Amino acid sequence: MRILPLIISTAITAGLVVSLNTKLLLPAPLGKLLSPQHGIWQNAESRNADFNADLQFPQLKGKVEVYLDDRLVPHVFAENESDVFFAQGFLHAKFRLWQMELQTHAAAGRLTEIVGNLALKHDREFRRLGMVFAAEASLKEMEADPLTKLSCDAYTAGVNAYIATLTESNLPVEYKLLGYQPEKWTNLKSALFLKNMSENLAGGEDDFEMTNARSFFTKEDFAKLYPLRQDSLDPIIPKGTVYNSPSIALTIPADADSLYFNNKEITVTREEKPDKSNGSNNWAVSGAKTKSGAPILCNDPHLGLSLPSLWFEMQLSTPTYNVYGATFPGAPGVIIGYNDNVAWGVTNGGRDVRDYYEIKFKDDSRKEYWFDSAWKKTEFRVEAFNVKDSATYYDTVAYTVFGPVMYDKSFSGGRASNGRYFAVRWKAHDHSNELKAFLQLDQAKNYDDYLSAVSNMKTPGQNFAFASKTGDIAIRTQGSWPAKWKGQGDFIMPGTDSRYMWQGMIPFDETPFQYNPERNFVSSANQDPADSTYPYYLGRGYPIFRGIIINRNLQAMNNITPQDMMALQTNNYNVFAEMVMPLFLNNIPSIGLNETESKYLNLLKSWDFNNSPDSKAATVFSLLWSNFDKAVFDDEFKNAPDVILHPFESNLLQGILHDSAYKYLDNIETQQTETLADDATQAFKNSLADIKKLESQGRLEWSKFKSTHINHLFGLKLKPFNRVNIPVGGGTHSINATKSDHGPSWRMIVSLTPQSEAYGVYPGGQSGNPGSRFYDNFIDKWAAGEYYPLWMMTKGEEKDKRVKWKMSFTK
Amino acid sequence: MKLIVSIVLTALLSLAACLYLPWWIIAVVAFLVAAFIPQKPGKSFLSGFVALFLLWGVLAWFLSSNNNHVLAHKLSVVILQKNSAVLLVAVTALIGGLVAGFAALAGSYVRKKG
Repeated sequence: MRILPLIISTAITAGLVVSLNTKLLLPAPLGKLLSPQHGIWQNAESRNADFNADLQFPQLKGKVEVYLDDRLVPHVFAENESDVFFAQGFLHAKFRLWQMELQTHAAAGRLTEIVGNLALKHDREFRRLGMVFAAEASLKEMEADPLTKLSCDAYTAGVNAYIATLTESNLPVEYKLLGYQPEKWTNLKSALFLKNMSENLAGGEDDFEMTNARSFFTKEDFAKLYPLRQDSLDPIIPKGTVYNSPSIALTIPADADSLYFNNKEITVTREEKPDKSNGSNNWAVSGAKTKSGAPILCNDPHLGLSLPSLWFEMQLSTPTYNVYGATFPGAPGVIIGYNDNVAWGVTNGGRDVRDYYEIKFKDDSRKEYWFDSAWKKTEFRVEAFNVKDSATYYDTVAYTVFGPVMYDKSFSGGRASNGRYFAVRWKAHDHSNELKAFLQLDQAKNYDDYLSAVSNMKTPGQNFAFASKTGDIAIRTQGSWPAKWKGQGDFIMPGTDSRYMWQGMIPFDETPFQYNPERNFVSSANQDPADSTYPYYLGRGYPIFRGIIINRNLQAMNNITPQDMMALQTNNYNVFAEMVMPLFLNNIPSIGLNETESKYLNLLKSWDFNNSPDSKAATVFSLLWSNFDKAVFDDEFKNAPDVILHPFESNLLQGILHDSAYKYLDNIETQQTETLADDATQAFKNSLADIKKLESQGRLEWSKFKSTHINHLFGLKLKPFNRVNIPVGGGTHSINATKSDHGPSWRMIVSLTPQSEAYGVYPGGQSGNPGSRFYDNFIDKWAAGEYYPLWMMTKGEEKDKRVKWKMSFTK
Repeated sequence: MKLIVSIVLTALLSLAACLYLPWWIIAVVAFLVAAFIPQKPGKSFLSGFVALFLLWGVLAWFLSSNNNHVLAHKLSVVILQKNSAVLLVAVTALIGGLVAGFAALAGSYVRKKG
């Protein structure tokens, strides 16, 4: 034996192994990652991958058969009510485990465990908002109800049965790349997932921005810049509907004028906010308007677009029901879909259910706060953050009667909040069981079942459109909404007594709704739920334009086919531009322009207002409008606080449509008085540089300018997992509301003929594995505005050529 | 002959061991094969290197071709900052080769008299 060479070469080998197995020297453990039998190559799913399987689980009560079709959609046939959810959990995990865990970690403020200190601000924000507190409250309700308890237990068991099959080699590729392991699923995680949707859909408010706007502007300016109602409003429940007087009598605090409405204090807190544009379209038309004579229901929820997609398509069948649609990997049941009797779809209700109260603590210890003329004891919740590669971080959050004190001296959401204390009152903290709404809809047979199902929907409140094979159509602006006095919660409220608290929830019976209306259609697109005769305060800031164009189209359409509905759902018409353009064209002089200026003005003049992918005019209009907004408001907002609400596009449009001397057209920094013509012309001239630059880069076409992309959930680091430059038109104010990273996340059309004729598509793919051909295979079809026929498989169709694989689950 | 036998044995045993054990078992396999089949250190290194270079290269290439190199194209950018499936396969093969090569070299010194 040659000791020295042995030692040296063994040391080299050991050194190689250690450095290839850890991140000590290399940015990644390359040996572990690239080992063909362990690492990433195992995730390179074969184009001929075989998904057939025979699986045994003692947790099952009976047999489950799963048929996977050519799009990898599972059609699950179970012999009883709980096994169907076991299989659903198993399949969700099999195809989407990493995303399920990441999303629930994000909801629970646990991203620091994966990415370290980078995520501490996000995690603290979410814990301080009380996300876990809220999910725990929900879980109590979910587990107290037999239906949701049974489904969650079976679902969790199914996810965990899949996790138990994982080895180093078949772990999802993201775990390998990021270097961590999945943990066991729990019912709490499903509750967290749903709470995440609440944050996403019902977490929006502008309380700090509005408070500052109120404090910065005069009362008159505030009313003009942020008007409460928009008069071209076409609410979900049409104008003229008669409402009963409210059952809740609200008392406005006597000192509201001085303490609240005219309070001039500036607060500066900026928080992580859900995307403003979370919206959606849904509508249903009755048989009187369709070619087949059966109702048609359509829905396309607009959400942040990501890969793997938020949605997973499935059919669930038990001896008592068959349901097909979009499911949430993370929760049991079908969320948007149809069964053998009914179809339903949702859009976001978007009312303000998150308010802030300023708390007066006795001292820095935060142990007592002044409330109803006495010192009241605070409860504390200590949040621990297991930060990766770092010491555990502890954050002590004070809880008041309103809710958690989200902002205090130690946390201002990234900005100074003058050391003040703000507690958040969020409807999503209340006990509720939204999952039950969906599980009951999955099994609903008629309108009454629908009513009973949606009564469970508290937060996020949703506009539920409904259609049934018996010919009913309906819509309810459903949710548990605080009954507010006019202006309540628009600004930060005093937190020293109970008078400013919410005084009750609007009863179910007073929810605006329509059932088989005379106009033969119902629709919603996140606009105001009702007109100003509705006896409760509804707040402001609802997007109005999609609703207008949808209703205009539905009004005119007759003899409708599902194909007509596809054209409508993917319609790129920009109704906002239709309203703005005459004002621009009448006010931008076409004489005295140079050649380039004339060219682009003519482009606008000949535009058909379609935001089609190749439209250059759509880009020119978009630039022109944003420069116009600047020309109008930059002077007024020059000295405003950073955190302030910018007037909505609809406010500015209303201003110039109805007031030729709209006050803000004048630039207060000049001697003369500017007019609409001055501002429009200036905006046009200011846009030219950008327009010419884009044209020279070949990026003036709308889809290139808009540059729609769908990023992987870790897309900043794992860029090749993203899909970029997707050629698609539409935009904020079009029915096809596809923006750069946001848009129709699931399009569904269901014609309620006896056999159900349904179509759907979502921008993603069934597999969450970036190495699978099913990862993003629906995107091109979605971008082209095409649909897949949805197949509600029935017993006896097992031999159908669409069935590609079969998974059997037995005891 | 010994060279061929060592290469084949190292490759086959590595393939089998990796079904159940972590990736670095290839170092143990290469070490043991080299210790039991005495060759000159250089040749031992060569047999370990070639065995795993081929094994990992072929396996990776096989998996990747069946995948139409979809994942390799994406991950070569993440891992190597360069879009090349071939390069990612080559790096894989090289890593396997180097680890097994040095392990075999060490193994060869167990028997070799000084």
